[in-house]
Amino acid sequence: MSILVDKDTKVLVQGITGEAGSYHAKGCRDYGTRIVGGVTPGKGGSFVDGIPVFDTVREAVEKTGADATLVFVPPPFAADAILEAADSEVRLIVAVTEGIPVLDMARVKAVLRSSHSILIGPNCPGLITPGDEGRPGCKVGILPGSIHRPGRIGVVSRSGTLTYEAVWQLTRRGVGQSTVVGIGGDPVKGLGLTEVLALFEKDSGTDAVLLIGEIGGADEEEAADFFRTRMTKPLFAFVAGRTAPEGKRMGHAGAIVEGGGKGSGAWKEKRDALAAAGVKVIESAAEIGEAVLRGLKSV
Amino acid sequence: MKLHEYQAKERLAAAGVPVQSGLVAEKVSQIPSILKKLGRGPWVVKAQILSGGRGKAGGIEIVKTPRRAVEAAGRMLGKSLVTAQTGPAGLFVHRVLVCKAVDIEREIYAAVVMDRRAGRPALVVSAGGGVDVETLAAASPEKVLKIAFDPFRGLDRFQARRAALFAGLTGELCVPAVEAFLGLSQTFLSSDALLVEVNPLSVVKGNRLMAVDAKMVVDDNAAFRQKDLFAEGDESCLAPSERRAHKKGLSYIPLDGSIGCLVNGAGLAMATMDLLLLHGGRPSDFLDVGGGAHVDQVTEAFRILLTDKKVKAILVNIFGGIMKGDVIAQGLLDAVKKSGLDRPLVVRLEGNRAEEGRRLLNEAGLRIVAAADLADAAEKVVAASKGNP
Repeated sequence: MSILVDKDTKVLVQGITGEAGSYHAKGCRDYGTRIVGGVTPGKGGSFVDGIPVFDTVREAVEKTGADATLVFVPPPFAADAILEAADSEVRLIVAVTEGIPVLDMARVKAVLRSSHSILIGPNCPGLITPGDEGRPGCKVGILPGSIHRPGRIGVVSRSGTLTYEAVWQLTRRGVGQSTVVGIGGDPVKGLGLTEVLALFEKDSGTDAVLLIGEIGGADEEEAADFFRTRMTKPLFAFVAGRTAPEGKRMGHAGAIVEGGGKGSGAWKEKRDALAAAGVKVIESAAEIGEAVLRGLKSV
Repeated sequence: MKLHEYQAKERLAAAGVPVQSGLVAEKVSQIPSILKKLGRGPWVVKAQILSGGRGKAGGIEIVKTPRRAVEAAGRMLGKSLVTAQTGPAGLFVHRVLVCKAVDIEREIYAAVVMDRRAGRPALVVSAGGGVDVETLAAASPEKVLKIAFDPFRGLDRFQARRAALFAGLTGELCVPAVEAFLGLSQTFLSSDALLVEVNPLSVVKGNRLMAVDAKMVVDDNAAFRQKDLFAEGDESCLAPSERRAHKKGLSYIPLDGSIGCLVNGAGLAMATMDLLLLHGGRPSDFLDVGGGAHVDQVTEAFRILLTDKKVKAILVNIFGGIMKGDVIAQGLLDAVKKSGLDRPLVVRLEGNRAEEGRRLLNEAGLRIVAAADLADAAEKVVAASKGNP
């Protein structure tokens, strides 16, 4: 079992004729994902490495039965691409694009409130349900497939390469993952940490969850609250940004400490909220794998 | 990107918000003619820097005579102003804004922010102006009203009325307050702002509303469609090294430690900095070369670290996902060859083709310390930065 994607998920790639789109469409397919089509307006009827390209998401969904889409469309047009996918009732929309204006995302969110589509991202590495020879997996995103292995730990993260680091530490210690979800580093985005935790809590294939947070916003505080009141599975957490100065955007648009008080998004508030809720907080990025392994043994 | 007070006021005025009338001077010689245009004094001379705390630092002066106005402008223009928020070097004052002074009877706080939790913009008001609203909201949340609004439609009139009444803007002040709040909302949406703050929004003599100070932050991601705003952008609040990094598309923030960090990905970069702290060191910077950095970006990142005299040792931490380890290693070697290497360098390569990358580094015969893992890297670079290789 897994959350959001599995071997039967049929995936479109919006912006498939671009450099990143075509590269990662192939990467996902090589991993075993059913990439059933691509969308680039004006390039309908052509093929990218054998993958059929359509002019619109609607046509692509009708012809392929796709239920997920991976968005690589450049920032000025990305919000429109997400809206187009939602309009065609694609169940899962994963937006990798970095640099979408925040106002566009606020407008996308407003539209998605009355839609059944689930959005992950933007500015995210996507998600993966790891597979191996016996069990086909599914990767919808840019995460390097080779560092993952199938297993029973759910991972949810606001980061990209830090997620890879954490996953690699798990895999090297023989700890496999049920699904790894990168929700992205933007301030206004689709699924939050808490919503993914809720999915893992319900998933029979997940025994425990690793959360990778960072400074900015209040996602981690909400997750702490959710863990305390609604979660039964063990939760491990690492929060990046202990040394981040106030008022500076740390690479991710959403990674910023604003003001000194409560709700500033500072590291200490998040760490304290998680620890107070009973989450196993990991303080060193070098010890994520070891801490999870130890924690699982003691459960 | 932050806007100057005078730029923010221009945008607000265009959206129908009443602002304290003023004119900008870049030279002291412009002051007399500005005073004539503004009419009778007293006036206020305000240094235009992209930072707060001006009032207490001598960056805002009320003057009664033209001579005093010229003197005040002379004290500010062409010099650096150090405030509690600028850091010790201060910020260079290129312009002053000269306004007609007003008799303030009451001050209100008003802002439009992007409410992350709601995923929508929100109007924030408080009857106590001139305050630090975050401190106020933490201490007495009942004194601050936040109203999230529709990102397509903007603030609704009834929402603006609710805010006006909450802030005590009743009677004949109610309609002007509603118009002002609608103007804030309109400015926020039309400028792709992340923050539009009027603090204070003042009730002045004659029972009139007026924006006395204004602050705006515009979304960098919207630069492609806010060309006018970004064309007049001022990067003077950034250090020269920050400006260079931005030109190359690097995410760079100088800090005060002694260990230079070069990392791919923002989360990993932060986690690396934090790890140095746990091992008794301090980062000299946050430097994220991104998930798919090119060789010339790595070279430039390296140059920035090497020109920083505070840097005693450098840690490169790369987890190759999309980036291939051997390509990164080659980039590092090229950069080292170009800029020379006069300080200890610890490299930790992991992920995609990491082994090939490590081999390249080892075979190059340079004084590069290869680290086995993250903890090892942190330990080695902290030791090197303290002169114990």
